[in-house]
Amino acid sequence: MGEVKRGYIRPLDLKRGRVDLTHGSGGRAMVQLIAELFARHLGNEYLGQGNDGAVLPVPMIEGKPGRLVMSTDCHVVSPLFFPGGDIGCLSVHGTVNDVAVMGATPLYLAAGFILEEGFPLNDLARIVESMANAAREAGVPVVTGDTKVVERGKGDGVFVTTTGVGVLPEDLQLGGSRARPGDVVMVSGSMGDHGVAIMSQRENLSFDAPIESDTAALHGLVAAMLATRTDIRCLRDPTRGGLAATLNEIAGQSGVGMMLHEKAIPVKPVVAAACELLGLDPLCVANEGKLIAICAGADAERLLAAMRAHPLARDAAVIGEVTADDHHFVQLTTAFGGRRIVDWLAGDQLPRIC
Amino acid sequence: MKYIDEFRDGRVAQILAGKIASAVEPGRSYSFMEFCGGHTHAISRYGLSDLLPQTVRMVHGPGCPVCVLPIGRVDMAIDLALKQGVILCTYGDTLRVPASDGLSLMKAKAGVGNRCGDIRMVYSTLDALKIARDNPQREVVFFAIGFETTTPPTALAIQQAHWEQLANFSVLCCHVLTPAAISNILESPEVRQWGTVPIDGFIGPAHVSTVIGSRPYEFFAEEYRKPVVIAGFEPLDVMQAILMLVRQVNEGRAEVENEFSRAVSREGNLKAQDRVAEVFELRREFEWRGLSVVPYSALKIREKYAAFDAERRFKLDYRSVPDNKACECGAILRGVRRPQDCKIFGTVCTPENPVGSCMVSSEGACAAHYSYGRYKDMN
Repeated sequence: MGEVKRGYIRPLDLKRGRVDLTHGSGGRAMVQLIAELFARHLGNEYLGQGNDGAVLPVPMIEGKPGRLVMSTDCHVVSPLFFPGGDIGCLSVHGTVNDVAVMGATPLYLAAGFILEEGFPLNDLARIVESMANAAREAGVPVVTGDTKVVERGKGDGVFVTTTGVGVLPEDLQLGGSRARPGDVVMVSGSMGDHGVAIMSQRENLSFDAPIESDTAALHGLVAAMLATRTDIRCLRDPTRGGLAATLNEIAGQSGVGMMLHEKAIPVKPVVAAACELLGLDPLCVANEGKLIAICAGADAERLLAAMRAHPLARDAAVIGEVTADDHHFVQLTTAFGGRRIVDWLAGDQLPRIC
Repeated sequence: MKYIDEFRDGRVAQILAGKIASAVEPGRSYSFMEFCGGHTHAISRYGLSDLLPQTVRMVHGPGCPVCVLPIGRVDMAIDLALKQGVILCTYGDTLRVPASDGLSLMKAKAGVGNRCGDIRMVYSTLDALKIARDNPQREVVFFAIGFETTTPPTALAIQQAHWEQLANFSVLCCHVLTPAAISNILESPEVRQWGTVPIDGFIGPAHVSTVIGSRPYEFFAEEYRKPVVIAGFEPLDVMQAILMLVRQVNEGRAEVENEFSRAVSREGNLKAQDRVAEVFELRREFEWRGLSVVPYSALKIREKYAAFDAERRFKLDYRSVPDNKACECGAILRGVRRPQDCKIFGTVCTPENPVGSCMVSSEGACAAHYSYGRYKDMN
């Protein structure tokens, strides 16, 4: 990243200006965009090094070196701005959460932007600002990044890819293959908020109480859960495909079944109503600020209490148990008194949700 | 969720289940066909069969709009998109219906060879009209499918296009009629001669009946001596309808009863019926998947609106294409077989890769059983 001498170039017109092809061409315009927008909002000592990559310290955990956890996530959500968030904060939360549910402490983020020619700089500034705020609140800096511009019609405004690195203690093992019959299944709060917020925005549906995305960084909650020293087998954030997809994934990895109880699964009435209107199943709808925990049955109460003490998991609930089942079915006792499978979502009801 | 939760109350369900259990007569078995895919879905989604006595069997009917769409009709739509280069608009589930050569509208949209179709999913015919207005230089075709519920919006769109002189808009009309399909099932040898498909009564459609009313079913009750209970799509509606059917059978009655009186009248929605009659007329015959060619079972666009008929505009000919040999959709749609009786159910044919149309929509008997009930086959 270079310096642009004041007075030589007009500052970016953040009110009316638009991204053009020169912003990605490697010339002064690109340097200016990086300096006046990205570095201005996201700047920190690592990003400020201005090299091709960031040189980063790896902290010790309780005096011992930990293991690195790395995760990456592309964000292509449409619309870019939605009730409760935007692609900027979503791209921070999404990756922080992927690292956090591994049990790791997220340390650093990398961000890649693909911008479409003609995209308003004003919107880009809002997105970068939101990203910076989310990173600051999470305490996870963006330490390196990249920007490319594609011709009009070859992108959809902005795509953001974030990669996160975190550190995991040597002795902590969480994973989707560790669920055992007798374990309990918990969620940290209401299901389906994010997907329904996006969908109702897209369909111009308005409700008395607006539906907001639950997008949030969960590493604080995860830390509070790990501090209980309970026997947590697996944590996961149920994003695309929702609770149904995530539990089917874990059931397959662990070679177990699950029995859920519909009445125990928290779904906000307004989300349930919107799902009814849109023909969606809240259990298949994406979340961006919720996690699923599977833990040993004996520890369930203690873990649940710790979750409920955290502001992001006040509505945490035990929603079912892990069972022995050679077919790895996730099943549900319906509030109606019957039983059914909770299957993977077939097809694509909600394109471009995160 | 007021007005909906009341119809999903587990305690009321238990009470109704108790009433059904005490109403069924010992030594007697009851077979009821739920015509509509909406009912099939509710039965599977809420696990209703767990609440019914062993002697009450539900037979899934052909009332799932995408399930009865024959391959040849989907081929016509794909040709329009790929060869004629139109913008083809349709409802969501239609995109996944299997067509010839392993294609579907979804695959045609992604691209075949060096062509890709401009195929768009819409929620309403109004969206299709808007696309036509926004793209005056392109031909825009609405691929119209469904029973009487979706027919009035199509009629309205055609009239609107007529008033606006929207010259680039047309409709590929594949609307079908419920009573014709019920007649076809009742006339089938399995039901009438051989008795291999016992049907003691019907759960009549919910949304279709809001449009056509309860009167068209009176013929079935009188002529074929089959009770019909029109029911809403909520699980308690279905339970209540089953109880009413059991009572009719016990008492030897064959009447049309209306459980869904909060929405259905005897005459139906006369305004909607007028619109439909103004724009459409009966086709002499129409091929259904599963039921084969059924006389006077579908609608075509009247001469007055011929300018908006995609079949005329693009000189399309219908070519019948046989279903995949291993696929039992035809028999399943007639109630002759159950999804789990099909050899390729859940193996070759899954919701992700449907071979037959019943595996496409969540209202299809196979998709409903696969998604919600297949654990029962394993026990």
